[in-house]
Amino acid sequence: MIYWEIFLAFFIPGILGYGGGPATIPLIEYEVVHRYGWMSVEEFAEVLALGNALPGPIATKMAGYIGFEQAGILGASVGLFATIAPSLMLMIVLLSLLYKFKDSPKVKLLSSIVRPTIAVLLGAMTLRFAETSYAESGILQTGILIGASYYLLERRKVHPAFVILGALIYGAIFLAPS
Amino acid sequence: MKHAQIFMAFFRAGMLGYGGGPASIPLILAEVKRYGWMGDDEFSDILAIGNTLPGPIATKMAGYIGYRVGGILGMLNAIIASVFPTVVLMIILLVSLASFRDYPWVQGMTNGVVPVVAVMLGALTWGFIKRSKQDFGWMKVIFLLIGSILLIEIFGIHPALVILALLLFVFFRKPEKEQLKKEGETE
Repeated sequence: MIYWEIFLAFFIPGILGYGGGPATIPLIEYEVVHRYGWMSVEEFAEVLALGNALPGPIATKMAGYIGFEQAGILGASVGLFATIAPSLMLMIVLLSLLYKFKDSPKVKLLSSIVRPTIAVLLGAMTLRFAETSYAESGILQTGILIGASYYLLERRKVHPAFVILGALIYGAIFLAPS
Repeated sequence: MKHAQIFMAFFRAGMLGYGGGPASIPLILAEVKRYGWMGDDEFSDILAIGNTLPGPIATKMAGYIGYRVGGILGMLNAIIASVFPTVVLMIILLVSLASFRDYPWVQGMTNGVVPVVAVMLGALTWGFIKRSKQDFGWMKVIFLLIGSILLIEIFGIHPALVILALLLFVFFRKPEKEQLKKEGETE
């Protein structure tokens, strides 16, 4: 049942990803690429890159698009619902209770204890993407693109949308398979 | 009128926030202040509460603020405004790109973008590690990092199980100290 799978694929990252949408990305990748095999690492990277080039929350862009790819408009709706509804409902229903606990060290520990694990998942994804790039474009092009985008994004603080646009143009010209 | 305001507030915050939900938080705050829906203190309380729960933060904030301002309808309105426009853009862009998939230059575009995503994820990874270091210090962070690598990457355990185990560990750890604090607070 595809709708149930879509629901699970986005419900699990949504309910376990502490640290906002970006923290749920590696969990979504795990479900979508490794568990259900809906897309390859490259395809996921492409979707993620375009998602990062567009404004707005990233988790919902991923859920909406991947849901749509798998099962049309209804699939997109299921993906979005599974991403948004559970944590929002918890928030509204438990607000008064959570209010009491918001400064509790235990509750704070809850969100910080999972951070290193999320870091490992993100790091593993980073390596997979670098590996994919090495396999597709070779060490030289990968090195150039990683070096240039690191410099532009992290050192010069160029807007990600421009860097991604630049990479798309560079790729279309220099990295097309002959 | 109120609903038009809710829609515009979250539409603007969604369309102008790059870098995922956390990047749009200051924009949401600006909108909330523009319409005088709540003060800084209440906003930061709600943000703190939102952060105690998992899942995307932008939609939790939109949903809750929309609910506070305009009930269930306000909640749906705020969520649709923050999510819908960018999801539609995303679907249109990717679907139109897919119809060109057989051209080599489109494959080249994919190839060009993969290393950029690797850099973005690498930076995000480092951000998470730095935050963790502030919380726990290097020793514990390295321990947790190595533990997670072993369990997830070497033994192939589903990351959800690892995270669940960590949450349960925190939940059941040393309840007596916690109890004392709470009693102190209610007095």
